[in-house]
Amino acid sequence: MDTIASIFTDTYWSPYIVGIGIGVLSWLSFLISGKPIATSTSFAQTGGIIENFITGGKADERPYYKKIKLKINWQWMLVVGVVLGSFLSAIISGDFKVGVWVPSLWASAFGDSAVLRVLVALAGGVILGFGARFAGGCTSGHGISGTLQLAVSSWVSAIFFFVGGIITAHFIYLVIA
Amino acid sequence: METKKQVSETTQDAKDIAAVEDRRPLFFGLGFGILFGFLLHKGGATKYDVIVGQLLLTDFTVLKIMLSAVVTGMIGIYFMKSLGWIKLSLKSGSVGKNVIGALIFGVGFAVLGYCPGTIAGAIGNGYLDAIVGGLAGILLGTWIFAVMYPKLKDGILKMGDFGDITIPRLLKVNDWVVVVPAVALIVLLLFWIERAGF
Repeated sequence: MDTIASIFTDTYWSPYIVGIGIGVLSWLSFLISGKPIATSTSFAQTGGIIENFITGGKADERPYYKKIKLKINWQWMLVVGVVLGSFLSAIISGDFKVGVWVPSLWASAFGDSAVLRVLVALAGGVILGFGARFAGGCTSGHGISGTLQLAVSSWVSAIFFFVGGIITAHFIYLVIA
Repeated sequence: METKKQVSETTQDAKDIAAVEDRRPLFFGLGFGILFGFLLHKGGATKYDVIVGQLLLTDFTVLKIMLSAVVTGMIGIYFMKSLGWIKLSLKSGSVGKNVIGALIFGVGFAVLGYCPGTIAGAIGNGYLDAIVGGLAGILLGTWIFAVMYPKLKDGILKMGDFGDITIPRLLKVNDWVVVVPAVALIVLLLFWIERAGF
Protein backbone atom coordinates (compact mmCIF):
# COMPACT_ATOMS: atom_id res chain seq x y z
CA MET A 1 0.00 0.00 0.00
CA ASP A 2 2.75 2.36 0.94
CA THR A 3 4.46 1.96 -2.41
CA ILE A 4 1.27 2.48 -4.42
CA ALA A 5 0.58 5.71 -2.57
CA SER A 6 4.17 6.86 -2.89
CA ILE A 7 4.03 6.51 -6.67
CA PHE A 8 1.51 9.35 -6.74
CA THR A 9 3.33 11.46 -4.17
CA ASP A 10 6.65 11.16 -6.00
CA THR A 11 7.38 14.48 -7.70
CA TYR A 12 8.96 12.88 -10.75
CA TRP A 13 8.33 9.78 -12.80
CA SER A 14 10.59 8.35 -15.45
CA PRO A 15 10.15 10.38 -18.66
CA TYR A 16 9.54 7.09 -20.47
CA ILE A 17 6.64 6.18 -18.17
CA VAL A 18 5.21 9.67 -18.67
CA GLY A 19 5.66 9.44 -22.45
CA ILE A 20 4.05 6.01 -22.67
CA GLY A 21 1.20 7.34 -20.52
CA ILE A 22 0.67 10.26 -22.91
CA GLY A 23 0.79 7.82 -25.84
CA VAL A 24 -1.92 5.65 -24.28
CA LEU A 25 -3.92 8.80 -23.55
CA SER A 26 -3.74 9.63 -27.27
CA TRP A 27 -5.26 6.23 -28.10
CA LEU A 28 -8.16 6.86 -25.73
CA SER A 29 -8.63 10.40 -26.96
CA PHE A 30 -8.93 9.16 -30.56
CA LEU A 31 -11.09 6.19 -29.62
CA ILE A 32 -13.50 7.93 -27.24
CA SER A 33 -13.58 11.52 -28.49
CA GLY A 34 -12.31 11.06 -32.05
CA LYS A 35 -9.86 13.88 -31.47
CA PRO A 36 -6.12 14.32 -31.03
CA ILE A 37 -4.71 16.00 -27.94
CA ALA A 38 -3.91 19.62 -28.82
CA THR A 39 -3.91 22.88 -26.90
CA SER A 40 -3.06 26.07 -28.78
CA THR A 41 -6.43 26.71 -30.49
CA SER A 42 -7.96 27.06 -27.02
CA PHE A 43 -5.75 30.07 -26.32
CA ALA A 44 -6.87 31.68 -29.60
CA GLN A 45 -10.53 31.05 -28.68
CA THR A 46 -9.93 32.62 -25.28
CA GLY A 47 -8.37 35.68 -26.92
CA GLY A 48 -11.42 36.03 -29.15
CA ILE A 49 -13.85 35.56 -26.27
CA ILE A 50 -12.00 38.32 -24.35
CA GLU A 51 -12.15 40.63 -27.39
CA ASN A 52 -15.89 39.95 -27.68
CA PHE A 53 -16.29 40.73 -24.00
CA ILE A 54 -14.47 44.06 -24.32
CA THR A 55 -15.90 45.21 -27.64
CA GLY A 56 -19.33 43.61 -27.44
CA GLY A 57 -18.94 41.14 -30.30
CA LYS A 58 -16.27 42.53 -32.59
CA ALA A 59 -14.29 39.28 -32.58
CA ASP A 60 -17.24 37.42 -34.15
CA GLU A 61 -16.60 39.47 -37.31
CA ARG A 62 -13.03 38.29 -37.71
CA PRO A 63 -12.59 35.53 -40.31
CA TYR A 64 -10.11 33.65 -38.12
CA TYR A 65 -12.51 33.43 -35.19
CA LYS A 66 -15.30 32.34 -37.56
CA LYS A 67 -12.99 29.55 -38.68
CA ILE A 68 -12.01 28.25 -35.22
CA LYS A 69 -15.41 29.10 -33.62
CA LEU A 70 -15.51 30.97 -30.36
CA LYS A 71 -17.07 28.52 -27.98
CA ILE A 72 -16.10 26.41 -25.04
CA ASN A 73 -15.48 22.99 -26.58
CA TRP A 74 -13.74 19.67 -25.89
CA GLN A 75 -10.27 21.07 -26.47
CA TRP A 76 -10.88 24.17 -24.35
CA MET A 77 -11.88 21.94 -21.45
CA LEU A 78 -8.79 19.82 -22.09
CA VAL A 79 -6.59 22.86 -21.38
CA VAL A 80 -8.54 23.59 -18.19
CA GLY A 81 -7.95 19.95 -17.28
CA VAL A 82 -4.20 20.30 -17.81
CA VAL A 83 -4.11 23.13 -15.25
CA LEU A 84 -6.10 21.00 -12.78
CA GLY A 85 -4.12 17.80 -13.41
CA SER A 86 -0.79 19.53 -12.95
CA PHE A 87 -2.11 21.25 -9.82
CA LEU A 88 -3.28 17.90 -8.44
CA SER A 89 0.06 16.22 -9.07
CA ALA A 90 1.98 19.22 -7.67
CA ILE A 91 -0.14 19.39 -4.51
CA ILE A 92 0.02 15.67 -3.64
CA SER A 93 3.75 15.56 -4.25
CA GLY A 94 4.46 18.73 -2.26
CA ASP A 95 5.79 20.49 -5.35
CA PHE A 96 3.24 23.30 -5.66
CA LYS A 97 5.14 26.59 -5.94
CA VAL A 98 4.06 29.61 -3.95
CA GLY A 99 5.48 33.01 -4.85
CA VAL A 100 7.93 31.76 -7.49
CA TRP A 101 8.29 34.43 -10.17
CA VAL A 102 11.75 33.60 -11.51
CA PRO A 103 12.85 30.11 -12.61
CA SER A 104 16.27 29.18 -11.18
CA LEU A 105 17.97 28.70 -14.56
CA TRP A 106 16.81 32.18 -15.60
CA ALA A 107 17.96 33.64 -12.25
CA SER A 108 21.41 32.08 -12.64
CA ALA A 109 21.97 34.10 -15.81
CA PHE A 110 19.78 37.20 -15.46
CA GLY A 111 19.26 37.70 -11.73
CA ASP A 112 16.10 37.44 -9.68
CA SER A 113 14.13 40.46 -10.90
CA ALA A 114 10.50 39.38 -11.23
CA VAL A 115 9.69 42.38 -13.44
CA LEU A 116 12.36 41.48 -16.00
CA ARG A 117 11.30 37.84 -16.10
CA VAL A 118 7.59 38.70 -16.47
CA LEU A 119 8.28 41.16 -19.28
CA VAL A 120 10.42 38.62 -21.14
CA ALA A 121 7.79 35.92 -20.56
CA LEU A 122 5.15 38.29 -21.91
CA ALA A 123 7.20 38.98 -25.05
CA GLY A 124 7.97 35.28 -25.46
CA GLY A 125 4.29 34.47 -25.05
CA VAL A 126 3.32 36.92 -27.80
CA ILE A 127 5.81 35.33 -30.20
CA LEU A 128 4.79 31.81 -29.16
CA GLY A 129 1.05 32.45 -29.48
CA PHE A 130 1.48 34.10 -32.86
CA GLY A 131 3.77 31.32 -34.08
CA ALA A 132 1.49 28.55 -32.81
CA ARG A 133 -1.46 29.82 -34.81
CA PHE A 134 0.79 30.59 -37.80
CA ALA A 135 2.04 26.99 -37.79
CA GLY A 136 -1.45 25.65 -37.09
CA GLY A 137 -0.40 23.83 -33.94
CA CYS A 138 2.02 23.59 -31.07
CA THR A 139 4.26 21.10 -29.29
CA SER A 140 1.24 18.96 -28.41
CA GLY A 141 -0.93 19.28 -31.53
CA HIS A 142 1.92 19.01 -34.02
CA GLY A 143 4.78 17.79 -31.82
CA ILE A 144 3.01 14.76 -30.31
CA SER A 145 -0.44 14.19 -31.86
CA GLY A 146 0.56 15.08 -35.41
CA THR A 147 3.90 13.30 -35.50
CA LEU A 148 2.40 10.09 -34.07
CA GLN A 149 -0.07 10.13 -36.99
CA LEU A 150 2.94 10.60 -39.30
CA ALA A 151 1.51 13.87 -40.66
CA VAL A 152 4.00 15.61 -42.93
CA SER A 153 2.91 19.06 -41.68
CA SER A 154 3.58 18.00 -38.09
CA TRP A 155 7.00 16.42 -38.63
CA VAL A 156 8.13 19.55 -40.48
CA SER A 157 6.70 21.76 -37.72
CA ALA A 158 8.19 19.72 -34.87
CA ILE A 159 11.63 19.86 -36.44
CA PHE A 160 11.46 23.62 -36.97
CA PHE A 161 10.01 24.24 -33.48
CA PHE A 162 13.20 22.75 -32.09
CA VAL A 163 15.51 24.36 -34.67
CA GLY A 164 14.10 27.79 -33.74
CA GLY A 165 14.04 26.97 -30.03
CA ILE A 166 17.55 25.54 -29.82
CA ILE A 167 19.12 28.45 -31.73
CA THR A 168 17.22 31.05 -29.68
CA ALA A 169 17.96 29.39 -26.31
CA HIS A 170 21.67 29.25 -27.13
CA PHE A 171 21.57 32.88 -28.22
CA ILE A 172 19.88 33.89 -24.95
CA TYR A 173 22.20 31.90 -22.66
CA LEU A 174 25.49 32.07 -24.53
CA VAL A 175 25.40 35.45 -26.26
CA ILE A 176 23.10 37.73 -24.25
CA ALA A 177 23.88 36.31 -20.78
CA MET B 1 -54.68 16.56 -23.05
CA GLU B 2 -52.96 13.50 -21.78
CA THR B 3 -51.24 12.79 -25.09
CA LYS B 4 -50.27 16.42 -25.56
CA LYS B 5 -48.63 16.46 -22.16
CA GLN B 6 -46.83 13.24 -22.94
CA VAL B 7 -45.60 14.64 -26.22
CA SER B 8 -44.29 17.78 -24.60
CA GLU B 9 -42.63 15.67 -21.92
CA THR B 10 -40.95 13.51 -24.53
CA THR B 11 -39.66 16.54 -26.40
CA GLN B 12 -38.42 17.94 -23.12
CA ASP B 13 -36.69 14.62 -22.41
CA ALA B 14 -35.18 14.68 -25.88
CA LYS B 15 -33.95 18.19 -25.22
CA ASP B 16 -32.47 17.16 -21.89
CA ILE B 17 -30.77 14.18 -23.49
CA ALA B 18 -29.44 16.41 -26.26
CA ALA B 19 -28.12 18.85 -23.67
CA VAL B 20 -26.43 16.04 -21.74
CA GLU B 21 -25.04 14.55 -24.97
CA ASP B 22 -23.75 17.98 -25.89
CA ARG B 23 -21.94 18.35 -22.60
CA ARG B 24 -20.42 14.90 -22.57
CA PRO B 25 -17.49 15.84 -24.84
CA LEU B 26 -16.70 18.68 -22.44
CA PHE B 27 -16.37 16.26 -19.53
CA PHE B 28 -14.25 13.89 -21.57
CA GLY B 29 -12.06 16.80 -22.64
CA LEU B 30 -11.67 17.85 -19.02
CA GLY B 31 -10.82 14.28 -17.98
CA PHE B 32 -8.22 13.79 -20.69
CA GLY B 33 -6.78 17.17 -19.78
CA ILE B 34 -6.48 16.26 -16.09
CA LEU B 35 -4.57 13.08 -16.98
CA PHE B 36 -2.39 14.94 -19.49
CA GLY B 37 -1.59 17.69 -16.96
CA PHE B 38 -0.88 15.12 -14.24
CA LEU B 39 1.58 13.34 -16.54
CA LEU B 40 3.22 16.59 -17.71
CA HIS B 41 3.87 17.56 -14.10
CA LYS B 42 5.22 14.11 -13.18
CA GLY B 43 7.55 14.36 -16.16
CA GLY B 44 8.89 17.74 -15.03
CA ALA B 45 7.62 19.32 -18.26
CA THR B 46 5.75 22.04 -16.37
CA LYS B 47 9.10 23.61 -15.42
CA TYR B 48 11.02 26.32 -17.26
CA ASP B 49 14.37 24.79 -16.25
CA VAL B 50 13.50 21.42 -17.82
CA ILE B 51 12.13 22.89 -21.06
CA VAL B 52 14.93 25.41 -21.59
CA GLY B 53 17.43 22.73 -20.51
CA GLN B 54 16.18 20.70 -23.47
CA LEU B 55 16.62 23.63 -25.85
CA LEU B 56 20.15 24.18 -24.45
CA LEU B 57 20.74 20.43 -25.00
CA THR B 58 21.70 19.88 -21.35
CA ASP B 59 18.54 18.03 -20.24
CA PHE B 60 16.82 15.56 -22.57
CA THR B 61 13.68 14.98 -20.48
CA VAL B 62 11.35 16.72 -22.93
CA LEU B 63 12.62 14.77 -25.92
CA LYS B 64 12.38 11.48 -24.00
CA ILE B 65 8.76 12.21 -23.07
CA MET B 66 7.82 13.32 -26.58
CA LEU B 67 9.49 10.46 -28.42
CA SER B 68 8.15 7.74 -26.13
CA ALA B 69 4.67 9.28 -26.46
CA VAL B 70 5.03 9.33 -30.24
CA VAL B 71 6.21 5.69 -30.44
CA THR B 72 3.45 4.45 -28.13
CA GLY B 73 0.82 6.59 -29.78
CA MET B 74 1.85 5.71 -33.32
CA ILE B 75 1.63 1.94 -32.77
CA GLY B 76 -1.81 2.17 -31.18
CA ILE B 77 -3.23 4.75 -33.57
CA TYR B 78 -2.15 2.86 -36.69
CA PHE B 79 -3.33 -0.43 -35.18
CA MET B 80 -6.78 1.07 -34.49
CA LYS B 81 -6.80 2.74 -37.91
CA SER B 82 -6.10 -0.60 -39.63
CA LEU B 83 -9.06 -2.10 -37.75
CA GLY B 84 -11.25 0.80 -38.86
CA TRP B 85 -11.87 1.92 -35.27
CA ILE B 86 -10.60 5.46 -35.75
CA LYS B 87 -9.89 8.01 -38.44
CA LEU B 88 -6.77 10.13 -38.52
CA SER B 89 -7.13 13.85 -37.83
CA LEU B 90 -4.46 15.59 -39.87
CA LYS B 91 -3.53 19.24 -40.11
CA SER B 92 -2.97 20.58 -43.61
CA GLY B 93 0.45 22.05 -44.09
CA SER B 94 2.60 24.38 -46.14
CA VAL B 95 6.17 25.60 -46.13
CA GLY B 96 4.92 28.99 -44.96
CA LYS B 97 3.04 27.54 -41.99
CA ASN B 98 5.28 24.70 -40.93
CA VAL B 99 8.70 26.19 -41.58
CA ILE B 100 8.27 29.94 -41.04
CA GLY B 101 5.45 29.63 -38.49
CA ALA B 102 7.27 26.87 -36.64
CA LEU B 103 10.50 28.90 -36.50
CA ILE B 104 8.57 31.85 -35.01
CA PHE B 105 7.04 29.40 -32.51
CA GLY B 106 10.53 28.10 -31.68
CA VAL B 107 11.78 31.61 -30.87
CA GLY B 108 8.81 32.17 -28.55
CA PHE B 109 9.29 28.69 -27.05
CA ALA B 110 12.86 29.58 -25.97
CA VAL B 111 12.08 33.14 -24.83
CA LEU B 112 9.05 32.11 -22.78
CA GLY B 113 10.39 28.72 -21.70
CA TYR B 114 6.96 27.08 -21.90
CA CYS B 115 4.69 26.02 -24.75
CA PRO B 116 0.88 26.23 -24.85
CA GLY B 117 0.35 22.81 -23.20
CA THR B 118 3.13 23.06 -20.67
CA ILE B 119 2.22 26.63 -19.68
CA ALA B 120 -1.20 25.33 -18.62
CA GLY B 121 0.75 22.80 -16.55
CA ALA B 122 3.10 25.51 -15.23
CA ILE B 123 0.06 27.54 -14.14
CA GLY B 124 -1.25 24.52 -12.23
CA ASN B 125 2.22 24.09 -10.74
CA GLY B 126 2.03 27.67 -9.40
CA TYR B 127 4.70 29.41 -11.49
CA LEU B 128 3.80 33.09 -11.47
CA ASP B 129 5.84 34.10 -14.54
CA ALA B 130 3.67 31.64 -16.49
CA ILE B 131 0.41 33.01 -15.09
CA VAL B 132 1.13 36.74 -15.24
CA GLY B 133 3.55 37.05 -18.16
CA GLY B 134 3.30 34.00 -20.38
CA LEU B 135 -0.44 33.43 -20.45
CA ALA B 136 -1.19 37.09 -21.19
CA GLY B 137 1.46 37.05 -23.91
CA ILE B 138 0.08 33.93 -25.60
CA LEU B 139 -3.47 35.32 -25.61
CA LEU B 140 -2.18 38.57 -27.10
CA GLY B 141 -0.07 36.72 -29.69
CA THR B 142 -2.98 34.59 -30.89
CA TRP B 143 -5.14 37.72 -31.10
CA ILE B 144 -2.51 39.51 -33.22
CA PHE B 145 -2.57 36.47 -35.51
CA ALA B 146 -6.37 36.62 -35.74
CA VAL B 147 -6.18 40.32 -36.67
CA MET B 148 -3.53 39.65 -39.32
CA TYR B 149 -5.12 36.44 -40.61
CA PRO B 150 -7.00 38.00 -43.58
CA LYS B 151 -3.68 39.36 -44.86
CA LEU B 152 -1.76 36.12 -44.26
CA LYS B 153 -4.19 33.42 -45.33
CA ASP B 154 -3.83 33.65 -49.10
CA GLY B 155 -0.19 34.64 -49.04
CA ILE B 156 2.44 33.23 -46.76
CA LEU B 157 0.20 30.57 -45.18
CA LYS B 158 -0.43 29.04 -48.63
CA MET B 159 3.19 29.25 -49.73
CA GLY B 160 4.41 25.76 -50.66
CA ASP B 161 1.10 24.12 -49.75
CA PHE B 162 1.24 20.33 -49.42
CA GLY B 163 -2.13 19.57 -47.84
CA ASP B 164 -3.00 17.11 -45.11
CA ILE B 165 -0.96 14.10 -46.09
CA THR B 166 0.88 11.50 -44.07
CA ILE B 167 4.38 10.24 -44.75
CA PRO B 168 3.05 6.84 -46.00
CA ARG B 169 0.69 8.65 -48.42
CA LEU B 170 3.52 10.88 -49.59
CA LEU B 171 5.73 7.83 -50.27
CA LYS B 172 2.75 5.86 -51.64
CA VAL B 173 3.46 2.88 -49.41
CA ASN B 174 1.52 0.83 -46.85
CA ASP B 175 1.30 2.55 -43.43
CA TRP B 176 3.35 -0.14 -41.69
CA VAL B 177 6.24 0.31 -44.13
CA VAL B 178 6.75 3.66 -42.42
CA VAL B 179 5.48 2.88 -38.90
CA VAL B 180 7.84 -0.05 -38.25
CA PRO B 181 11.09 1.71 -39.27
CA ALA B 182 9.97 4.95 -37.59
CA VAL B 183 9.37 3.11 -34.30
CA ALA B 184 12.70 1.30 -34.63
CA LEU B 185 14.59 4.53 -35.37
CA ILE B 186 13.02 6.42 -32.47
CA VAL B 187 13.73 3.57 -30.04
CA LEU B 188 17.34 3.43 -31.25
CA LEU B 189 17.65 7.19 -30.85
CA LEU B 190 16.37 6.92 -27.26
CA PHE B 191 18.87 4.14 -26.48
CA TRP B 192 21.62 6.27 -27.97
CA ILE B 193 20.57 9.30 -25.88
CA GLU B 194 20.68 7.12 -22.74
CA ARG B 195 24.06 5.64 -23.65
CA ALA B 196 25.47 9.10 -24.33
CA GLY B 197 24.57 9.82 -20.70
CA PHE B 198 21.82 12.41 -21.18
